[in-house]
Amino acid sequence: MPEVLKAPLVVEFPFTRSLGPVQSAFLTGLREGVVLGVRAADGRTLVPPVEYDPVTAEEIRDLVEVAPTGTVTTWAWNHEPRRGQPLDTPFAWVLVRLDGADTALLHALDAPGPDAVRTGMRVRIRWAPERSGAITDIACFEPFDGAAGGRPTGHDGRFDDMVTGIVAPARLDYVYSPGRAQSAYIASLSERRTVGERCPSCRKVYVPSRGACPTCGVATSEPVEVGPRGTVTTYCIVNIKAKNLDIEVPYVYAHIALDGAGLALHGRIGGIPYDEVRMGLRVEPVWSEGGRYPDHYRPTGEPDADYETYKEML
Amino acid sequence: MRPLRDIAVVAFGQTDHRRTSDELSEVEMLLPVLHEVLDRTGLQTGDIGFTCSGSSDYLAGRAFSFTMALDGVGAWPPISESHVEMDGAWALYEAWTKLLTGDADTALVYAYGKSSPGSVRDVLTRQLDPYYMAPLWPDSVALAALQARALIDAGETDELALASVAARSRASATANSHAQLRGPVPQGDYLVRPLRTGDCPPIGDGAAAVILAAGDRARELCERPAWIRGIDHRIEAHSLGVRDLTDSPSTRLAAERAGAFERPVDTAELHAPFTSQEVVLRKALRLDDSVRVNPSGGALAANPVMAAGLIRIGEAAARVHRGESDRALAHATSGPCLQQNLVAVLEGDAR
Ligand SMILES: [Zn+2]
Repeated sequence: MPEVLKAPLVVEFPFTRSLGPVQSAFLTGLREGVVLGVRAADGRTLVPPVEYDPVTAEEIRDLVEVAPTGTVTTWAWNHEPRRGQPLDTPFAWVLVRLDGADTALLHALDAPGPDAVRTGMRVRIRWAPERSGAITDIACFEPFDGAAGGRPTGHDGRFDDMVTGIVAPARLDYVYSPGRAQSAYIASLSERRTVGERCPSCRKVYVPSRGACPTCGVATSEPVEVGPRGTVTTYCIVNIKAKNLDIEVPYVYAHIALDGAGLALHGRIGGIPYDEVRMGLRVEPVWSEGGRYPDHYRPTGEPDADYETYKEML
Repeated sequence: MRPLRDIAVVAFGQTDHRRTSDELSEVEMLLPVLHEVLDRTGLQTGDIGFTCSGSSDYLAGRAFSFTMALDGVGAWPPISESHVEMDGAWALYEAWTKLLTGDADTALVYAYGKSSPGSVRDVLTRQLDPYYMAPLWPDSVALAALQARALIDAGETDELALASVAARSRASATANSHAQLRGPVPQGDYLVRPLRTGDCPPIGDGAAAVILAAGDRARELCERPAWIRGIDHRIEAHSLGVRDLTDSPSTRLAAERAGAFERPVDTAELHAPFTSQEVVLRKALRLDDSVRVNPSGGALAANPVMAAGLIRIGEAAARVHRGESDRALAHATSGPCLQQNLVAVLEGDAR
């Protein structure tokens, strides 16, 4: 059995999100150094604020300012900060009930060690030096010796130049492995061969095989070499140039049933004017130097295949 | 409320849960489990009335990853199929409602998760609210640790008691050949204080499958069906600072609606990936020492994300099938610090 393949896979995306009236006011407030909560139907002040009452589900938007000081309601010591977390030195995760609020906000507390943290301790916001209207405008919390500080200004949540959206970048790292069947397919390609697997029940040859027959729902395992020649079963003409793709348009993209395969693969057709490609055209793979899969397929010069021989694979 | 039709779990299968399974694609991991439940009932893929699955693209790192797994269930010619981007326990709930409507008499429910390709602690941060929490990347262990501290401060547990939950779970798991962690497991160093490695679930890959059947069909397929007497799921506020982390009112309400408090249960399979969460769930479900909690070892012994909740229902049902339980409770959770909770009550026919 060939070695199971593995490769790093990074999934990275900047999520652009719009804000409703309440979140917009809260995050704009953070940019301006003002912390806002929202008044719920039962009179509680919720920080961070939400748009719908957690008890009645009614829309709420009565914004009130709370203090930048507060009390730790629970905490957890994080001695090994992970990528993206607020501090890169050991810190405590904390839920903080700000003075004037009835609920708690999740953030980080900068403290010298776990012995310096306890539930009920007083803390205050340490603002980020540069603020853009995001939860990270609070750099972290820090211990605070005092009962009341940073008296609220009575702000009502109306600002010039409101923040209406955020961009939240996300990145996750994986080590991807395609599993046994697809590893075998990829390994065969490195020898310029195409190997599929036959279903023990319906005898169809799947290429590439994912290890199971989707018709019978059983495992496939018998390797079968197919091609290299094949038949164009259907195709389309591509007229738009893809970014970073060095292929002149128009070109033909086709489904190609390799000889012996039970279903068609797809690939580009070259070596023939695009308007002369047709269903039934016999083709063979063309490999580029060092290519890990066929660069394209070109006509073999054989007579076209009879429709009856490939109609099942359309 | 009594269900409109009697529906039972008639078969359950699961993989051996392991730290990695590089050599297998998801469908390759799943196939043996699907065949196990089909063989157990004598059904063929084409006999199944409805198929529902639970999994997550974020674990796989690929969009629409569940479509690949469909190869394993014989999805051609077209079948009646659905998917939830959640633990398979919620897929089972959907299948149960489908059977209630009478549209199908049998259902195949499966779930799988491979945590090994990525870092599950980081992956799970992406299920948090994207405005206030996700940008801080608080990982799943950190959030559980905040809940554990709240419980300790409230005097409901201490680190020693948490360690004994871990020890009991992993001792029970010695009888479970599928479990990933079994027997004496060191309590270890702090991962995020106050939680030590021993308080946290193992990270691993695995899959599970269940077959549901209605009425007489269930009796034909299984000697002692595990009848679902009630099932319900509830949710509480996503924001941790709004909730009382020492309690789980959503679990209590789901249990009440599922009929769990009408008569005592003898077994409870709780989906508590962290030791501290068992403390919360025992209180919410009013479980005393007369109830056998997590005889399988629970999620502390094997926690294939997206399948671990379905496995709780399967383990509870399997005990009914074997005659080791007459009335069992199964619980599944999803989201940070027990945000969403599902409770099912399973019973065997009187003997
Ligand atoms: Zn087949």
